[in-house]
Amino acid sequence: MSTARGAIGTEVALEMHRWMVLSRVLEERLLALYRQGRIRGRLLTGRGQEAIPAGAALAVRLEDVMCLLHRDMAAHLARGTTPETVLLHYFGKATGPSRGRDGDIHFAEWSRNNFPMVSHLPDSFPIAVGIAMASQLREEGVVVVAFCGEGATSTGAWHESVNFAAVFQVPTVFVIENNQYAYSTPAERQYRARALVDRGPGYGIPAVGVDGNDALAVHGVVAEAVERARLGGGPTLVEALTMRMDGHAVHDDAAYVPPGLLAEWRGRDPIDRLAADLRGRGVTEMRLQADWLAAREEVEAAVARAESAPDPTGDDVADGVFA
Amino acid sequence: MVTQVTAEVTYLEAVRAALEDELTDDPRVVLIGEDVGVLGGAFRATAGLLERFGERRVIDTPLAETAIVGAAIGMAVRGMRPIAELQFADFISCAYDQLVTMAAKTHYRFGIAVPMVVRGPSGGGLGAGPFHSQNPEGVFAHIPGLKVVCPGTVQDAYDLLRASVADPNPVLFFEHKALYRSLRAPLVRGRRRCEFGRARVARPGRSLTLVTYGGMLPRCLVAGDRLAREGHDIEVIDLRSLVPLDMETVVTSVRRTGRAVIVHEDTISSGIGAEVAARLCADAFFDLDAPVMRVAAPDAPVPCARPLEEAYVPSAERIEAAVSRCLAM
Repeated sequence: MSTARGAIGTEVALEMHRWMVLSRVLEERLLALYRQGRIRGRLLTGRGQEAIPAGAALAVRLEDVMCLLHRDMAAHLARGTTPETVLLHYFGKATGPSRGRDGDIHFAEWSRNNFPMVSHLPDSFPIAVGIAMASQLREEGVVVVAFCGEGATSTGAWHESVNFAAVFQVPTVFVIENNQYAYSTPAERQYRARALVDRGPGYGIPAVGVDGNDALAVHGVVAEAVERARLGGGPTLVEALTMRMDGHAVHDDAAYVPPGLLAEWRGRDPIDRLAADLRGRGVTEMRLQADWLAAREEVEAAVARAESAPDPTGDDVADGVFA
Repeated sequence: MVTQVTAEVTYLEAVRAALEDELTDDPRVVLIGEDVGVLGGAFRATAGLLERFGERRVIDTPLAETAIVGAAIGMAVRGMRPIAELQFADFISCAYDQLVTMAAKTHYRFGIAVPMVVRGPSGGGLGAGPFHSQNPEGVFAHIPGLKVVCPGTVQDAYDLLRASVADPNPVLFFEHKALYRSLRAPLVRGRRRCEFGRARVARPGRSLTLVTYGGMLPRCLVAGDRLAREGHDIEVIDLRSLVPLDMETVVTSVRRTGRAVIVHEDTISSGIGAEVAARLCADAFFDLDAPVMRVAAPDAPVPCARPLEEAYVPSAERIEAAVSRCLAM
């Protein structure tokens, strides 16, 4: 199927571990802040899905573009966004990346070639295609990796984008994070196909399924797709199967998910799994624990700094509508 | 390129000339849309451009307005200057989400500029029915973050299109298909020379101000000439763009004439005429000698049969009748 998991170096695997742990710690801290009423709006987390953004982010170059979503915190972190920047955004601060104009996980640092998401999914897909067209027309060698959930595959925008990318053979990788639920709607209400990879032949493009809780496997599959795209081989569809371990957002108790299903997936936690792999490679427990300690320290310091940053005043509420 | 004055050209030829000159002068510009390349566009606005500039600059696409407009946004955020064609402006409804959710809000949210133009033929009068005749400008003028341009002259079809490409924002450029081959004038062609967002006094006058744009401009000028024979001195203001809306020029005129009639082909309720009227009431109330009046399409889809469409699209006669009522008050 793809690059052997074992071929991925321990250093890269350790880096994935670091970002997945930081993502988990940061989101746990955000959850506490949300429950304390210190951040507004909603909170959506990627708990249990960190392997996909971490595995994919380390499979692309920094000059490549990623269109990230609400469960992809690990990719933001892996590409250089700091917990403090994330927190400035969640706190709605004037010095945050959107100066309080957008909130929660509607967020990305474009300076790091991450395109900010909107709620209308997969609205970044057509834009990903355009970014990739620009890359192709100007021979930039830039590949665009765009994420969506299985729910967004039911839309017309999804079809138009994947078809467009296939027709023009633009350098794109479409990663479906199939976490089995779109809010309360289970996958069998989204599509009739056996698996979403089955759609690949219909678009005339390669499609690969991967265990979305296996960071090394995701990395291998995405790296191969990115390489193909960079060499002019056009788009690839990747379906990473995982499970949404929290509700759609924190306010959702997800009572509609069968408890047995969650229990089953709890045993497949992607961080535990990667840690086991690393131990198998001779990495010490102390080294793995160091990632958790460092993450907690970094996030605590970031909370203190970000929360004391200035709020927007409201004087400039209509500024920046136009460039 | 060097400025040159051409022989008489049509409004459509002026659009094509602007596209050609943008492709020549700015390597960031690409055209993207359905049938824009090999066919040269359903109305021939892009005729010959594929042959001249090649398929990297003039891009025929699948039938997919969401992807066309979304792809243009993607190119724009990476520093290109895409011009997306909608075969008919009516099909903008298929791309509404990309325009309103992405193009309009991305700069406000994250400071990411989206320099792109979406252009297409709007308007009725040709028997094309409810899905090839609409005037969607009012809908989009309501969306913060989008600029909306409606040229009503040959020169503006050229100048405003070039200014739209130069603008660092998403611009919706609604051409009027009834003007494509009916309007002719010599064209000054060359550098980008238009000041964007300024209305124009198309016909100076003292007794009443007609405020209009796009396809209604020629009809307002006809009405103005006819009314002149009856001794009425009508000023006609061409808004040229609805966003930005140059109210300064309108208010200055109405303070002088004391009367205003707003004319547009878009449907009447919640149209741009309502906005102009509201602002006149706020800013020129004590200079008004009569209520601000509107002439516009009725609140109905654009009908197909000739008698229905003639009753629908405001005619010079309807404009004259409204002006006469306003003058009599």
